[in-house]
Parts: sequence; structure tokens; C-alpha cells
Amino acid sequence: MSREINEHTAGEDLLIKTSVRLMVPFIQLFGLYVIVHGHYSPGGGFQGGVILGAAFILLAIAFDLKISQKYMPVTVNALFCNLGACIFIGVGVLCALVGGLFLDYSALDRLLPLGEIEWHSFGIFLVELGVGFTVMSSMILLYWNLSSGGAMDEGL
Amino acid sequence: MKNLALLATLVTGALLLYGTKDFPAWGDPDAPASTYLSPTYIEEAVSQTHVPNIVTAVLGDYRGYDTMFETVVIYCAGMAVACVLWRKREE
Repeated sequence: MSREINEHTAGEDLLIKTSVRLMVPFIQLFGLYVIVHGHYSPGGGFQGGVILGAAFILLAIAFDLKISQKYMPVTVNALFCNLGACIFIGVGVLCALVGGLFLDYSALDRLLPLGEIEWHSFGIFLVELGVGFTVMSSMILLYWNLSSGGAMDEGL
Repeated sequence: MKNLALLATLVTGALLLYGTKDFPAWGDPDAPASTYLSPTYIEEAVSQTHVPNIVTAVLGDYRGYDTMFETVVIYCAGMAVACVLWRKREE
């Protein structure tokens, strides 16, 4: 009898659900902060991406996979994963196309004259954003697949 | 075939270990990396990129190629796991 109750109440705890609901927006905000503030403090695309991914993984642990897929649909996740890699490589190729070297951000000054040195700073930001997208969606994709054995429905 | 693969691995490993004998000593001040590369990064990074965090400047700018393929490695890992595990629900 007690085992039945445990099984019934497992994953339905009001405390866990409420605190996760409160925490997730702040974790996402912190993830974005870590990506954007990578120029001034420890952080950057990899770290911020993992924190962003952790927000959705926490959602999937506290509720279930379906709820996390409601907020981050599988197709959108796949889109982010590809978009991130494309942003990084696209910035590099764009630098080469406008007449500089591959990943030499100062060449982008010919497209939008902000100053060559400022473009170095901004190019790093664009690239970190791409890294963040790819890392975030890769982490979510890994968790979804590993926790559900590839079925992508119930989860742990 | 397995023995051949083992032999190839061992020979490659031995060659790589033999190659490390020519490396400069750990933290050697006369090594090429310490004589011009590190000082240049430390002195020039902020004025060349306007990024106050040298780690970010090296990672995103000077070593951009490296970071690009780090991203691709993570991308490939995610895609490989999805390709192996992801299946349609049996009906």
C-alpha cells in the first residue's frame, strides 16, 4: 500500500514543481547573461549554453519530457542546433567572402563600418552566440534521447 | 586483423611518445611559445580586439578555428547519439 502511494506521488511533489517553475526563468536569464557577458567575466558560449540547456533538463526532470518539449519543441531544438553551427561557420565564411581571411572579423568592417577593432569584439560575440545555441540544443537532445532510451516520450 | 590494428596503435603511440622527447621542457622560458606568443597575446589582446577578457579574445579570435571545431564536435556528438538512439514509437 505504501509503495503504491510512493509511486503515485513520485514526480507530483508540489514543492519541486513550484520551485522549478520559479527557478527556470532565472536560470535561463543567467545562461543568457553568461553568454553575453563572456567579454568581461568568465563565461562564454559553452558555459552559457550548458546553463540554458540545464534549464530545460531541469524542467524535464521535475515534470516530464512532454512538458519540456512543449516549451522547446523537438523541431525548434533541432533548428537551434543547426543554426548555431551555421552562425559560427557563416560568420567565418562571410569574412572570407568580403575579402578578408577566414574568421578574420575585421574584414566585416567593409559590410558595416563600425571600426575594425570593434568588429573583432562583435565578431567574437556572434560566434559565442552560435556556440551557445549549438551547446544548448545538443545538451537537451542528449538528455531527451538518453533518459527515454530514444523513445522521446516519457523520460525518467 | 585485430592484431594488426593493435600493432598499428602501438607503433603510432610509440612514435608519438618518441616525438615528445624533442618538446621544450615544461614552462621553459626559452621555448617559442614563451618567447613571443604568450607575451604578444597578453600585451596586444585588449588593444587588438577591445575585449577585456583575454581568455575570450584568445578563444574567440586568435583560436577561432579551434573553437569552431570544438562546436562541431559537440554538434556531432549530439547528432550521433540522436542517430543511434532515436526511434519511432512502436504501434
